[in-house]
Amino acid sequence: MSSDNPDNSRRKFLTGSLTFVGGTGAAATLWPFLSSMAPSNKAKAAGAPVKVDISGLKEGEKIDLIWRKKPIWVVKRSQDMLESIDTNDTKHKDPLSENPEQQPDFAKNKYRSLKPEILVLEGVCTHLGCNPAYKPDTTDTSLGKDFKGGFFCACHGSKFDFAGKVSNGSPAGANLKVPPYRFEDENTIIVGELPANKLEEIG
Amino acid sequence: MSEKNQSSGVIGWIDERLPILSFIRDHLTHYYAPKNFNFWYFFGSLAFLILFLQIFTGIFLAMHYKPDAKLAFDSVEFIMRDVNLGWLIRYMHSTGASAFFIVVYLHMFRALMYGSFKKPRELIWLFGVFIYLALMAEAFMGYLLPWGQMSYWGAQVIINLFTTIPFIGPELGVWIRGDFAISDPTLTRFFALHIVAVPMVILLLVILHLSALHTVGSNNPDGVEIKNTKDENGVPLDGIPFHPYYTVKDFVGMGVFLFLFALTVFYVPEMGGYFLEHANFIPANPLVTPEHIAPVWYFTPFYSILRAIPDPAFGALAMALSIIILFFLPWIDKNPIKSIRYRSTLFKINLFVFVIGFLILGYLGVKAPTPLYNALALRFSEMYFIFFALLYFYSTARNSTFSYLFSGIILFFIIAYDILRINSDNYLTLLIGLSSVCLFVLFMTLSPLYTTLNREKEIPERVTG
Amino acid sequence: MRKSKIIFLIFLATLCGKVMAAGQKSQILLDYKAIENINNKASLQRGAKYFVNYCSGCHSLKYMRMNTLAKDLGIEEEIFIKNLVFSNKKIGETMTKSMSDKDAENWFGAIPPDLSLTARSKGSDYIYSLLNTYYTDSSTITGYNNLAYPNTSMPHILVNLQGEQKLVLDPNNKPKKLEKISEGFNSEEEYQQITNDITNFLVYVSEPAKLKRYSMGFWVLLFIFIFGVLAYYTKKEFWKDVH
Repeated sequence: MSSDNPDNSRRKFLTGSLTFVGGTGAAATLWPFLSSMAPSNKAKAAGAPVKVDISGLKEGEKIDLIWRKKPIWVVKRSQDMLESIDTNDTKHKDPLSENPEQQPDFAKNKYRSLKPEILVLEGVCTHLGCNPAYKPDTTDTSLGKDFKGGFFCACHGSKFDFAGKVSNGSPAGANLKVPPYRFEDENTIIVGELPANKLEEIG
Repeated sequence: MSEKNQSSGVIGWIDERLPILSFIRDHLTHYYAPKNFNFWYFFGSLAFLILFLQIFTGIFLAMHYKPDAKLAFDSVEFIMRDVNLGWLIRYMHSTGASAFFIVVYLHMFRALMYGSFKKPRELIWLFGVFIYLALMAEAFMGYLLPWGQMSYWGAQVIINLFTTIPFIGPELGVWIRGDFAISDPTLTRFFALHIVAVPMVILLLVILHLSALHTVGSNNPDGVEIKNTKDENGVPLDGIPFHPYYTVKDFVGMGVFLFLFALTVFYVPEMGGYFLEHANFIPANPLVTPEHIAPVWYFTPFYSILRAIPDPAFGALAMALSIIILFFLPWIDKNPIKSIRYRSTLFKINLFVFVIGFLILGYLGVKAPTPLYNALALRFSEMYFIFFALLYFYSTARNSTFSYLFSGIILFFIIAYDILRINSDNYLTLLIGLSSVCLFVLFMTLSPLYTTLNREKEIPERVTG
Repeated sequence: MRKSKIIFLIFLATLCGKVMAAGQKSQILLDYKAIENINNKASLQRGAKYFVNYCSGCHSLKYMRMNTLAKDLGIEEEIFIKNLVFSNKKIGETMTKSMSDKDAENWFGAIPPDLSLTARSKGSDYIYSLLNTYYTDSSTITGYNNLAYPNTSMPHILVNLQGEQKLVLDPNNKPKKLEKISEGFNSEEEYQQITNDITNFLVYVSEPAKLKRYSMGFWVLLFIFIFGVLAYYTKKEFWKDVH
């Protein structure tokens, strides 16, 4: 027969602790599954640096390559292109490249690069991720009087100059990203590694 | 209707639109289950837990697995090595598959012992057998996915079974495979069926299984219908609300199960080559057959029956029959006494021999066939079917004419089959096997006439606990 | 039904035993048993070294990622690359072999299999006995035969370490024992340790997760045990109503 006086406080305690332990167990069991969705060792290994041979690169030419599944551009800038780059703050949203997320320290200069004549950028529009088109002609005014060439994103109309700096009036809010890279020698760039005297971690 | 806090607020809002509160009342807090459930009654809820486990682990495996003959094997190793804790998810899924069958076999055995398939629970039993069939299909298709040697060759053997069907056999085989041999199309369609179609079928069948159960109420170890004795409120005197009593008890069961499960997953996931077969760590090679093809352990009893009969078509037929006969159980065993506790000694012997035979058939299924093993497999296959014949025989008291006629017919079939095979090299094995089965049949059918072994006990009014 | 429970348990117990391998393997092989100990990092490191030096020319370990190997064996990536990587491969890649399958087939008549999973499919005893039971046989192309893998086209790569053995037959022409007929660079004991290290290494390669699952399992079991005990007492408390 049932006991007349169920010990309710004991029951509450037991049920409570059981729920707590069970809940913790369920959450702990969930952890491996969520973790399995994070990048696998294979994906992490595939992010290794890429070598680029620029010996045959002519002025105004652009090389496309892939690093960590992203398009990377290497452009040999001409004199005209270099002259078209300015740090006018009415024209650009981040003229001095002050957003630290968008370039390594060595690229926080006027030309946003290690060497002025070579530009290395991630070809991903900082607005919503489309692939901007290369506009090498500095005299083409079809995209506006102020636009002296560079990169134009057809998705929503963002404009970037020859250093990847975003123009005022563009939907994009940040300069095109400069990936970590270094020069192994005159003709070889390694995308994905920083220059030797900068011992930062590549995240 | 009592006004509780929960009738208002969010729960109340939902309950006005979807009857969750009455559902909880009718199926949990005011659903009365017999109070004398024992150890054998854990396996239903455990099966449900494992189903959930398999679906959950399966989803996360499918995020990384590649259903392509060129990529499948590598993708499984990728999961084992490169995916974070992928090995854990994989082992849970492989152990879960074997655990599922252990639990389901024990669950079915409970039904045999306590007569849970008898009126008014025949439909629950039928849904259950369908679930078992679906489970076998699910396991079979899942096993092809790693694309190892055993996956490939096991599937080859089983699909070739279908080609033994007269007239349509070969065409059917090609249609199932999608090609003239097991290849990429076979893999991708098995993948689609394994992760979507069959799980949905199983879920639907489980819902029907549980609905049918809740319509009539659970059986119990005494086979006494608790709904026959109710109090003035219509509550069965021997019933207790499922929640909280059986919910909390099932948690204990799950605790024990999960302990054994984790023990396996973390310490012996291969289980000596029975849960994860050694040959399956070699990529499938259509040109090389492994030394020893055996299906996974949970199929081996039926595989034994298949192999016991040399003729491929008849062997396949016997195997199919051995599973299909389960559907007819409620109409084979018509004895009104449900529980083994009150049935005759002969019934107990019959059930005991059946279980031993089933286990031995299972063991023989993993071994390579030798003449001795073949002879054993044949005899135990015969015993498997004789079990059902005897169940029918014990449904009611039989007079001597019936008893003699019945044993005569069974003996006729067994002896006729043996005479047809008389080219055997080993007459002694033949004779020993034949006579042991015949003696068993004679004992079981004629002893009621000359002993009290068939005496049944009085069923109590109330459960005894 | 207590009887059925007992029988079921007996069945489970017999199921836990290994299936005896039927076959024509010689009895001598039973003397060659590997000692698995993947927790012995030094052994694994030695095994990795031997494997890379002697085996990786022909045999790939295509599922073994090198940075995982370096981490599990406690070898710094720089040192790993210097000592164990003889190609231009990066540390994040897997250990594929340089010899092409076509060349291998031309030279040996068979493609040397990938060994990533051999310890799981054939067992550590097989690997160990294969490395230890080479004997001279003038009827084969390589000049050697092997008790674990009869008529293998794999040469006796480690013959300089082991020395040569010959097969002694008993009166019924069955293999009786292996006798040393020439000394190798290493003694019997040293050679056995070398081959055990290689075997141990391959056991690790076949399942790197083995290093983690035992320790993880302990905590999981402990937690489940606590849950089970708690559930049991909760059940007992509630069921006071029923009894």
